[in-house]
Amino acid sequence: MAINPMEQFTVKPLIPIHIGHYDISFTNQSLWMVIVVVSLSLFLTLAVSKGRIVPTRAQSLAELSYEFIGGMIDMTAGPAGLKYFPLIFTIFMFILFCNGFGLLPIAFTVTSQIAITFALTALVIVTAIVTGFARHGLGFFRLFVIKAPLIIVIPMALLEFISFCARPLSLSMRLFANMLAGHTMLKVMAGFVIALGTAGGAYTLLAAAPEALIVGLTALEFLVAFLQAYVFAILSCIYLSEALHLHDNH
Amino acid sequence: MAVPVDITAAKQIGAGLATIAFVGSGIGIGVVFGNYISGALRNPGAASSQFTNLYIGYALCELQGLFGLLIALILLFT
Repeated sequence: MAINPMEQFTVKPLIPIHIGHYDISFTNQSLWMVIVVVSLSLFLTLAVSKGRIVPTRAQSLAELSYEFIGGMIDMTAGPAGLKYFPLIFTIFMFILFCNGFGLLPIAFTVTSQIAITFALTALVIVTAIVTGFARHGLGFFRLFVIKAPLIIVIPMALLEFISFCARPLSLSMRLFANMLAGHTMLKVMAGFVIALGTAGGAYTLLAAAPEALIVGLTALEFLVAFLQAYVFAILSCIYLSEALHLHDNH
Repeated sequence: MAVPVDITAAKQIGAGLATIAFVGSGIGIGVVFGNYISGALRNPGAASSQFTNLYIGYALCELQGLFGLLIALILLFT
């Protein structure tokens, strides 16, 4: 029995829509993004709608995530960065819920598509660049210059520029590859279980070993799901902070 | 003499070799967390303030391995 571990990442059109040469079908990916956004909005709206002094579990969860992101922006970008709270909070919660929903057995992991992660990254990078130019004008290019003798400044500026250009790639690659690798690993392990379980005889009992491993790996994937959302949000904060403050301390 | 080259086999070997990138990634993550914990045990008061830096270091280390994975995927699926 051949099981392709990459099959889970196939984007299938559910409602085919074609306009001109463009395929804008409503796919399983769109469906899961709708599910994520709807459940996220419902959760955040319903949890705080009553506004109790002594919060319920859901309310304290919503408040906790709000304060968590608020504290993170304040720590990395200073009070000036709090203007970008809605952007960072939305991105963090969206990625967290996409990663979390992706771990449901039949779900499609939205963040395992480079198109999605790159779109999110582009949003952050474009915001950072626009902020930088709006705040500092052409002085934004000081971002690439360090205080050093001229002979070091020029190659360093080149390196800083290359590293700046690599940021969109690195930020989107990290989330995409983590989700891809994690889910492929789970499917490969699931393939072991099926292969051993259907082999018959003593092999059937051996299938419990990869099965136990899957349980452990799923727990690890929940950690990775949170960690990647956190890392994405914090790096976004740092890029915005650099655009806001250049190299100055805040 | 013409040597018959099976490009598929070469691609698969290359994809396997590309995963060696995770060796460096693993060492890097070990160094990051190991040093964080030894620092945190020496000075527990400063530990929580360096939490952000810990995860930035972790993310940067991990990325180097993931670039290897990217190359493997490109080799396998193009």
